[in-house]
Amino acid sequence: MGKDNILQVKDLHVTFSTYGGTVKAVRGVHLHLKKRETLAIVGESGCGKSVTSNAIMRLIPNPPGKITKGQILFKGTDLTKVSEKKMRSIRGVDISMIFQDPMTALNPTLTIGTQLTEGLRQHHKNISRQNAKEKALEMMEIVEIPNAMERFKQYPHQFSGGMRQRIVIAMALICEPELLIADEPTTALDVTIQAQILELFERIQEKTGISIILITHDLGVVAKIADRIAVMYAGKIVETGTKRDIFYHPQHPYTKGLLHSVPRLDLEGETLEPIEGTPPDLFSPPKGCPFTARCPYAMEVCNKVFPVHTKLTKSHEVNCWLQDERAKQTLAEVAK
Amino acid sequence: MLRYILKRLLIMVITLWIIVTLTFVLMVTIPGSPFNSEQSSNETVQANLERHYNLDKPYHIQYLLYIKSILTFDFGPSISQPNQGVNDLLGRGFPISFELGIVTIIVAVISGIILGILAALRHNRIMDYLAMGVAVLGISIPNFILATLLIQKLAVDREWFPVATWQGPEYMVLPIIALATGPMAIIARLTRSTMLDVLTQDYIKMARAKGLSPWKIIFKHALRNALMPVITIMGTLLAGILTGTFVIEKIFAIPGMGKYFVESINHRDYPVIMGTTVFYSAFLIIMLFLVDIAYGILDPRIKLHGKDGD
Ligand SMILES: Nc1ncnc2c1ncn2[C@@H]1O[C@H](COP(=O)(O)OP(=O)(O)O)[C@@H](O)[C@H]1O
Ligand SMILES: [Mg+2]
Repeated sequence: MGKDNILQVKDLHVTFSTYGGTVKAVRGVHLHLKKRETLAIVGESGCGKSVTSNAIMRLIPNPPGKITKGQILFKGTDLTKVSEKKMRSIRGVDISMIFQDPMTALNPTLTIGTQLTEGLRQHHKNISRQNAKEKALEMMEIVEIPNAMERFKQYPHQFSGGMRQRIVIAMALICEPELLIADEPTTALDVTIQAQILELFERIQEKTGISIILITHDLGVVAKIADRIAVMYAGKIVETGTKRDIFYHPQHPYTKGLLHSVPRLDLEGETLEPIEGTPPDLFSPPKGCPFTARCPYAMEVCNKVFPVHTKLTKSHEVNCWLQDERAKQTLAEVAK
Repeated sequence: MLRYILKRLLIMVITLWIIVTLTFVLMVTIPGSPFNSEQSSNETVQANLERHYNLDKPYHIQYLLYIKSILTFDFGPSISQPNQGVNDLLGRGFPISFELGIVTIIVAVISGIILGILAALRHNRIMDYLAMGVAVLGISIPNFILATLLIQKLAVDREWFPVATWQGPEYMVLPIIALATGPMAIIARLTRSTMLDVLTQDYIKMARAKGLSPWKIIFKHALRNALMPVITIMGTLLAGILTGTFVIEKIFAIPGMGKYFVESINHRDYPVIMGTTVFYSAFLIIMLFLVDIAYGILDPRIKLHGKDGD
């Protein structure tokens, strides 16, 4: 923690007002990220990963969504407080984002070239058309698109899914941002293309020193490239640690459940078991640990009080009563 | 592309031929003739007239003569006004009708799109309800009722605009409002719904994530896609406006083609009926063709091929 964090999210709360009531999609998320670091946010779908990343970009549609509490410190500036105009000068320039489905992330009616260069032209008003094009061609080379010259003039429908995701990555990186948020960037791609895209991320990070937040519901994806992992459940981060901590010493029953539901090469013969049950309803999330109803080790206290933050090692933190000796005492206090 | 255009041209010619044939069949089957009004009750005069206009010939000869007149684009003289050629009537009426139609389309498209965008951007707020209220009224009030209302309120009661005829810009206001309101309302509703859909698309989110200005996002990214369906219905709207001009020209006593068209049917003025029908159909068919070409230019995914499944 401290000064060397490029991003620090503190106690972030995001809600959506709908006709059915208020959805508490993100309920107190803490995150931090250093330069050159890759943080993976992992969790089942619907747990608030996309909402968290959209909140960092301030792209929550309002109405119905709203950041109700918390801070998003990007290099010391609280993004929840800056004007929309200032935010526009940050998007694409300091922080970029790429989305899940490369088939829909590109505008079908504009050429790849137009879409690649428009960010540059927006943020560097006096860049010439020729320079913008050169920069775009250079980016296309970095993301390994063959025949860049020719491809520059083509439309999205002339590209395959993997190629489109490369274009989207080039588009996100063209203004040389310091932070890239990738929301399930490989979920829509086949396995071989997935691996290629992840390798591309690694190479780009090596070259540029960019920090990456990689969002995924698939622990298998993060095994390769993440430095640290944050496990998210029902709008909260329930465990964070280095890749080693999470894969070899998972502490939260939910993390363990996630690990059991991904195929692993090192645990051959083990059967895959999905976690039983479904996540809680975020209109009225439970007072205690949201995982209680699905947790095989649930105790009395879990139902009543959300687990305190337990620091297991310098890098490994968890919110689970199983890991904290204060459980008994807390239960006694609640009972009074 | 060239192949596509050639194929379309062939289809256009066939369509036109079918229309001409149907018109001919309708003309000879509806009862009445140009000469059975009382002024020419004399039998020999009538026979002479019929011979003069080839109406005594068997139907297949008459049909061939019509086809010939279309191919040479010479429809001969009008029957009810023998000193006027059909071509003269068309030459006089068309520019006026064209002006009325074109200005109506421009007004309808621009105001409809603006209204639709405003409604979409202010979704579920007052501006949205207001714009859609106007649109529902515009769709439900027929143009001839709107025309009479406008004349009564703005030309008779208030005298802000002239009541009728076609002599300058101020004469155009009421007929164009009457004719443009319906299509404008349809365009507004369509633009709003497609715009709302497009604004939730990932590429709009991506554009926002790039830090583009709202202006660029709406006009460069959203509108282009939102207008595709509008272009698709342009053909239908054009046909609607075209038939609308008949009624509006009649109400406002505008000396356009619609006037001659309606009169020619009443008088069974066969050459004028044929001339105006061919002209209207050809015009509409060409416009529909241009709409398709525009569609292909705006949406790169649509390839205009001569062969299907290319
Ligand atoms: N625009 C919205 N309106 C209402 N609820 C929303 C909206 N966007 C997201 N949510 C809710 O927020 C929760 C978290 O969603 P999300 O962050 O997309 O999950 P994921 O982890 O799969 O990315 C979900 O329960 C979803 O229903
Ligand atoms: Mg998501």
